[in-house]
Amino acid sequence: MLAKRIIPCLDVKDGQTVKGTNFVNLRQAGDPVELGRAYSEQGADELVFLDITASHEGRKTFTDMVQRVAAEISIPFTVGGGISELHDVEKMLSAGADKVSINSAAIRNPNLIDEIAYNFGSQVCVVAIDARLDENGWTCYLNGGRIPTERNLFDWAKEANQRGAGEILFTSMNHDGVKAGFANDALARLADELSIPVIASGGAGCMEHFRDAFAIGHADAALAASVFHFGEIGIPELKEYLRAEKINVRL
Amino acid sequence: MYIYSVIHALQRLGVNPILTDNPEELQKADKVLFPGQGEASNAMRYLREHGLDKVITELKNPILGICIGQQLMCRHSEEGDTECLGIFDADVLRFKPQRHEDKVPHMGWNQLEGPTSELFKGFGEGEFVYFVHSYYVPVCENTIATTQYIIPFSAALHKDNFYATQFHPEKSGSVGERIIKNFLEL
Repeated sequence: MLAKRIIPCLDVKDGQTVKGTNFVNLRQAGDPVELGRAYSEQGADELVFLDITASHEGRKTFTDMVQRVAAEISIPFTVGGGISELHDVEKMLSAGADKVSINSAAIRNPNLIDEIAYNFGSQVCVVAIDARLDENGWTCYLNGGRIPTERNLFDWAKEANQRGAGEILFTSMNHDGVKAGFANDALARLADELSIPVIASGGAGCMEHFRDAFAIGHADAALAASVFHFGEIGIPELKEYLRAEKINVRL
Repeated sequence: MYIYSVIHALQRLGVNPILTDNPEELQKADKVLFPGQGEASNAMRYLREHGLDKVITELKNPILGICIGQQLMCRHSEEGDTECLGIFDADVLRFKPQRHEDKVPHMGWNQLEGPTSELFKGFGEGEFVYFVHSYYVPVCENTIATTQYIIPFSAALHKDNFYATQFHPEKSGSVGERIIKNFLEL
């Protein structure tokens, strides 16, 4: 049976992971490749590396890091942050990334999704959506949640699906950082309306939240950062727990 | 890009592969890996234009097709209505969702059932490997492992010196590493 996926997300700035870690026995906790390898050995199903560097020099460092990840880690990984045109996608795939995640650039230029799907296949194109539930419903935001748009989450996700996205990575801004669970109602609606996998993001605080994202939110995968980085939840325990809760995961 | 992933996977096992489309180099190689990329009809056109269709079907050394590589080693693919290499006696079909939860492509970690052949030496039931594909090879007489997604399909094939996997051993962690190692030790 196809397993539900657990995906740690690593924010990378100037070649170093940003959030602190409680990993023991890690020589360089700040090295994204070391951290990625540790997660892979613990049973992470995929990894996401998000470049939050602004400078040109930092971008070069990120590309070098992608090459090291590809050479050293044997599970699939997605890279995101600062990908705005087809050339950036090509650069990341050539460096060895399996998938790229596009966010603001896709809303600004939806045709980018079609171009990625046409040139490299849908499976490499993850469309990330940051959305907030307000009085108008679920509204999509740009630039890491700083700029609201006119777009509705469900309409945009459906359009991205039709244009050739391979997966939707949905982050609820209402839930992100609150550690009170994922946005399960919105997730379930996305999962039911789309023909591609949905990755839940934002809100993980305990193991039950992952179970609910799968059982109630019908998510295909769940992504989290701080609960893993700070060692609050270990991936092996999480997977044992999910297995006991009748969620099919890779052990 | 899967071709680089395959190269990296081999390098992690201490093997330095040659990336080539030269027929002589392919014939002289100890082992040949044939990872696919892209769409079936374009891939077949490339092979024919370079005379590689004939070279591959006549290889005597062990060859491992991966993902679309496996599909191209079959008779025909529904993708682009493509005549393929005809090594395995099977036709490649597109997944047809039966229920809403059946998403295509089949993407993620799924389990191997009934693994036989030296490729899976030391394997029990239910090992997880990583898949990304929209087309599949039905279960046939060359099937050496199946996986269940919508229907049971061929996760791997074997006939004479020809081996193939629908999944990506190069992205399947330590399990995939064991498969590549088994292939290298054939």
